Amino acid sequence: MIRLVPNHAPAIRRSEKVHFTFDGQSYEGHVGESLVSALTRAGHLSLRGAPVDGAPRGAFCCMGLCQECAVIVDGQVVEACRTDVSADLVVERVR
Amino acid sequence: MSTHHDIAVIGAGPAGGNAALVAARAGLDVVLLDEQPVPGGQVWRGKSPSIHSAPQTPESQSGDALRQALTESAVEQLTDARVWDIRRQDDRWALQVLRNGESHEVAASALILATGAREYVQPVPGWTTPGVIGLAGATALFKQSLTLPGTRTVVSGTGPLVFYVASEIRRLGGEVAAVVTPNTRGEWARALPAMAGQPRLLGRGALWVADLMLARVPILWGHAISEVFGGNSVTGVRARRLGENDPGQEFSADSVCVGHGLIPQIEAAQMLGVHILHDPALGGWVPEVQPDGATRVDGLYLTGDGCGIRGATAAALQGVLTGARVARDMGKSTHMPSLRPWRRAAKFGRAMTALSQPRASVAALTTDETIVCRCESLRRADILAEIAIGAQSTNAVKSGRRAGMGPCGGKYCQTAIAALIAAQTGKPLSEIAPPTPRPPLRPVPLSQAAGDFDYDDLPIPKPAPL
Repeated sequence: MIRLVPNHAPAIRRSEKVHFTFDGQSYEGHVGESLVSALTRAGHLSLRGAPVDGAPRGAFCCMGLCQECAVIVDGQVVEACRTDVSADLVVERVR
Repeated sequence: MSTHHDIAVIGAGPAGGNAALVAARAGLDVVLLDEQPVPGGQVWRGKSPSIHSAPQTPESQSGDALRQALTESAVEQLTDARVWDIRRQDDRWALQVLRNGESHEVAASALILATGAREYVQPVPGWTTPGVIGLAGATALFKQSLTLPGTRTVVSGTGPLVFYVASEIRRLGGEVAAVVTPNTRGEWARALPAMAGQPRLLGRGALWVADLMLARVPILWGHAISEVFGGNSVTGVRARRLGENDPGQEFSADSVCVGHGLIPQIEAAQMLGVHILHDPALGGWVPEVQPDGATRVDGLYLTGDGCGIRGATAAALQGVLTGARVARDMGKSTHMPSLRPWRRAAKFGRAMTALSQPRASVAALTTDETIVCRCESLRRADILAEIAIGAQSTNAVKSGRRAGMGPCGGKYCQTAIAALIAAQTGKPLSEIAPPTPRPPLRPVPLSQAAGDFDYDDLPIPKPAPL
């Protein structure tokens, strides 16, 4: 099939893969990519419960505004879209 | 701790980056603050360190050129820096900046706000399901991480962004289940004369659409997503033809990218006293500002999409204009560039923004049970009930129901709420201003906002005599 927009996926070189945990489960991500990027690729989209009714929510604006991807790293609430994957990073759900 | 500069620029996108460069070349001491790890803004967002190499795109090339020019310049760059408050103190601007887990003050004689845009998404049932992201959010994933939103994605929304996102999914090896756009082919045909001045951008858009058609991706013109299915994550959508009693068709998908136009981020300008006007063809509420960025507030300048959505080409040109204007106002002899290229680019941008605006036929897809305020899980019925008991302004709905007081600070609900107030009260949108903006402009942990202090050092006034 003729493609006017080429598939660039095979030409992308990424950093090494490392393991991190989210909510006690182990995931793989590339060093330096955002947690949202790594968890999205792993198919894990539900990141928190809505503050009022606990309904599942995930990354929405992906630019640090909506706060829907809030997670906990080192006891601090951070945006998963603005937090980088590193080896053995421990990420918890906001309770 | 405070550092003083001639100029502080907030936002390192095409507008802020170029304004900083021009002002620094004129001999001024410029600090450029941005919340991202590298300059570029949303449109020229830089790749994360996880990408060792990847094919270039027009956006990555423009961004690399800006980043290199800034590195070679005298501009001081403060990246990963979030400005959460701005105040006028005597003859200077005092900015509270959160960086590396600490808050400190940056001061400057002149301030350029290049705060860019965020996105409007019309609420429909299921739009809070994990796997639904904004069109602009999708571009952030593509540019920064070269990551797809899922394995099979429905792309929906207005203006050119919907086709750009669909095309980027194809470029990164993903599958587009369908493109659903409220715009009709007739609307695009009528926009052609305004687009003719930017043939390169026009050609790019035509190529995105042609590629999707060749790949037999369904393109549903005059349609919108009326419902997203799924519990813990997206399983599919229903798309309906607008304005008709169409039962709609369903598409299975594990992800949805959706957006209904960009909105200028005006909160900082509003907070500092700039008057705002309603101009739908510029994305809604825009600050009152000259083409070169000058405002009626002494020492305050605005530039780029934060003054009205005109697109990256116009933003870069306006940044140059604003940098030159500030330099001249600060006593530097500098060449004032012509307004003509900016006007030409702005004409194209306005036409694209006009195509992207929220419309009543899409707003009608929000049901009573649809969540409008994501942070507080407030449904349309909750907002309507508040209006029914007398809330006639966004501030009143905010006080009554907390819509705008959650973690996002009202960034994703206020356009929908203003439209509901307009529809219920019969007032035009131009009479329903956004709520009064208040610091913090960005979320800031209380401990960091307060900083280090000893309780003994707190000034406690003497109690009044009994």
